[in-house]
Amino acid sequence: MRRLLVAFALFILAACARETAPTAPVFHEEGYPASLSAWNLMAAANGVLTLSPGVDPYDLATPLFTDYALKLRTVTLPGGTSGVYRDKDAFDFPVGTIISKTFYYPTANDGDAGGAWTGDVAIGPAPTVEGGAMPLQGLRLIETRLLVHRVEGWVAIPYRWNDEQTDAALHRTGATIPMTLHRPDGREEAFAYVMPNQNQCAGCHATNNTTRKISPIGLKARHLNKPSTFAAGFNQLDYWIMTGKLTGVPEDAQAAPGNADWTDESASLDARARAYLDVNCSHCHSDVGPADTSGLDLRPSVAFGPHYGACKTPVAAGGGSGGRPFDIVPGDPDASIFIYRMQTTKPGDMMPELGRSTTHEEGVALIAEWIRTMEGGCG
Amino acid sequence: MTIYLRAAILSALALAGCGRKQAQAPAAPTDASYQETLMTKLLDAKPGDVIDIPEGRFSFDRSLSLAVDGVTIRGAGMDKTILSFKDQIAGAEGLLVTASDFTIEDLAIEDAKGDGLKVNEGENIIIRRVRTEWTGEPKTENGAYGIYPVQTKNVLLESNVAIGASDAGIYVGQSQNVIVRYNRAEKNVAGIEIENTFDADVYENVATDNTGGILVFNMPNLSQPGARTRVFNNQAVANNRGNFGHPGTPVATIPAGSGVVINSNDQVEIFDNDIKDNKTANVIIASVFSSGLSQDGMSDDFDGYPEGIYVYGNRMGGGGKNPDGLDLQALKIAKFGPMGAIPDVLWDGYVDPAKQADGATPAALRVCVDNEGAEVINVDAPNGFKNPDMATETVRCALEKLPAIKLANGLGE
Repeated sequence: MRRLLVAFALFILAACARETAPTAPVFHEEGYPASLSAWNLMAAANGVLTLSPGVDPYDLATPLFTDYALKLRTVTLPGGTSGVYRDKDAFDFPVGTIISKTFYYPTANDGDAGGAWTGDVAIGPAPTVEGGAMPLQGLRLIETRLLVHRVEGWVAIPYRWNDEQTDAALHRTGATIPMTLHRPDGREEAFAYVMPNQNQCAGCHATNNTTRKISPIGLKARHLNKPSTFAAGFNQLDYWIMTGKLTGVPEDAQAAPGNADWTDESASLDARARAYLDVNCSHCHSDVGPADTSGLDLRPSVAFGPHYGACKTPVAAGGGSGGRPFDIVPGDPDASIFIYRMQTTKPGDMMPELGRSTTHEEGVALIAEWIRTMEGGCG
Repeated sequence: MTIYLRAAILSALALAGCGRKQAQAPAAPTDASYQETLMTKLLDAKPGDVIDIPEGRFSFDRSLSLAVDGVTIRGAGMDKTILSFKDQIAGAEGLLVTASDFTIEDLAIEDAKGDGLKVNEGENIIIRRVRTEWTGEPKTENGAYGIYPVQTKNVLLESNVAIGASDAGIYVGQSQNVIVRYNRAEKNVAGIEIENTFDADVYENVATDNTGGILVFNMPNLSQPGARTRVFNNQAVANNRGNFGHPGTPVATIPAGSGVVINSNDQVEIFDNDIKDNKTANVIIASVFSSGLSQDGMSDDFDGYPEGIYVYGNRMGGGGKNPDGLDLQALKIAKFGPMGAIPDVLWDGYVDPAKQADGATPAALRVCVDNEGAEVINVDAPNGFKNPDMATETVRCALEKLPAIKLANGLGE
């Protein structure tokens, strides 16, 4: 019964949105359409970003840090299809699926340049998305990255939003965009926001460095198993099951793995730190990822020990060691390479290697606190 | 005391005295507009493509990457086609290749912020006549590796030049079936390093003015250990540069003045080389246990003992006169007098207690040095360096020689 009601509600919503929103999304089986609008996933007009019917927003318990950018994530399934649940890996979505991630910021110093965007950005909160619509006042859209499931596999296609904020243009070679970050305490930091090139998309999304097949990263049970931000009162996984987007879920969906929200102080420090390291690191630092060359494996299933960084000597870190002896020195964050690599913004030293030019100070504080509370040292 | 304890620190005076001839005119104009062109070519490459990069000096602010099998990248010469990453703001290497059947030749990669050229997993890799360099005086801030194939199979590195890396100029990691020949490595912390790799032939290279010339290492916690490396017909001469590696990295423990260093690797053959004038020791054979690494940080299955090491027929001399580190200095003076020298071969003395049979190391696992004119010292690291002693006669033995490496698919023929 509950499922029926939800479906009905969605139908009503979709019907209402149809007046102003673009029509149905368009799946392109090949090529790289020159503009984002060719996909009909979303439209920015009259100060509102409107998602097309069937373009469903979702979010993650703990997200990847990307220079404090806010992210609107959507998944669009071909009509009548659903994704198949997996316990550990990304859900199996059918050919024809489009995943989008739109990066945007609250602007700062509005009006300084006669209304033109100055590159000044602030640190979020994310605006509310209701009925597939997000108000754009005080926001600057930067880029939308698509992951498109074609017959030959997933393909990554990056689009950069135009100055008018009306559409985004294909930008396969990436870009650097000068910005100034305004931290909550008033500090201002100039940085280069780096939009990755298409190969660099694979740098994270080719999670198996042997097959090099691109796959979604965030669409895993442990990231999605949380209260829905977009359908109040529902667990996000339950909601997807109810709306037919997801099948094959074990009987006891409550037992599905779930990462902590890294900001949730009611969760254990260990759960928060591991959730953070999982989503920021484990797509490369796994047993088969591009960083399996390092011997450091930050998947949640790995026990705390040398492979999770405990007293582990760096292998090919170069300057990334920061002059410190081990990845994690229990009890001593200032002697731990983890903290250096998270703090530094030197391209050759920092982690992750791509996707940030600023320091996630709050993330560093979490991991430092986690290390500080450990007992031991390195013998 | 650990044998790798390093008093370290390079003499700024000595460094300032030796200016380096630039490989190209410093005033050559740098073209930044080529970045989009080359990035697009790399994105659009198809198997079988040759990407020709013309003569010129091209500047990049982000790293380059190639993810398509079967591509050749070709410049006009290592002093003519120069990819400069001096202005790089993003990316952990100059060029990252995640592909097989890859050839790169005749160009230079300069001043990358991280590694110069990294090939992460692939088969049939040829890197030849490529120069990776950090310009100016070598310094700690330089990138880690110049030429860096890792988890690769069937690999040929030849006639390359690697300068100024703060880790290794030429580094082959976790790979299999490798030939490294005719290369020149200078002014790096490690000149040439073979790590956790099976079946490598390293020959006719020149390693000079590095902290350590040629290294054959196994490190813990990695996807595979390594074994069966032959180092022959090389010149590992005067590798006396002060160690400018990043503290915390394994190479930062290499004493300045190390010619050829074997650490924890097995079945390593060192023969017919010129290994001279390396001021700590011409050859060092060591275990991870004397390298200052944390025992807590090693996976339990790691075998940190160098076994089946065979050193013979090398031309050695002029080494060991001014070892790096107070401990080795003290050892030298105590054992050989102020005018003396550490013998050509220094062995830390570790043997795996679990493998001893009737109080002796099984024949195939021995450290054998049978090198005319060379003396061996066992520094007795397992007993806290209490009784360093000459071991020339006790380690005089022979091992079965390793076969030559033959690369598959005609590489190197």
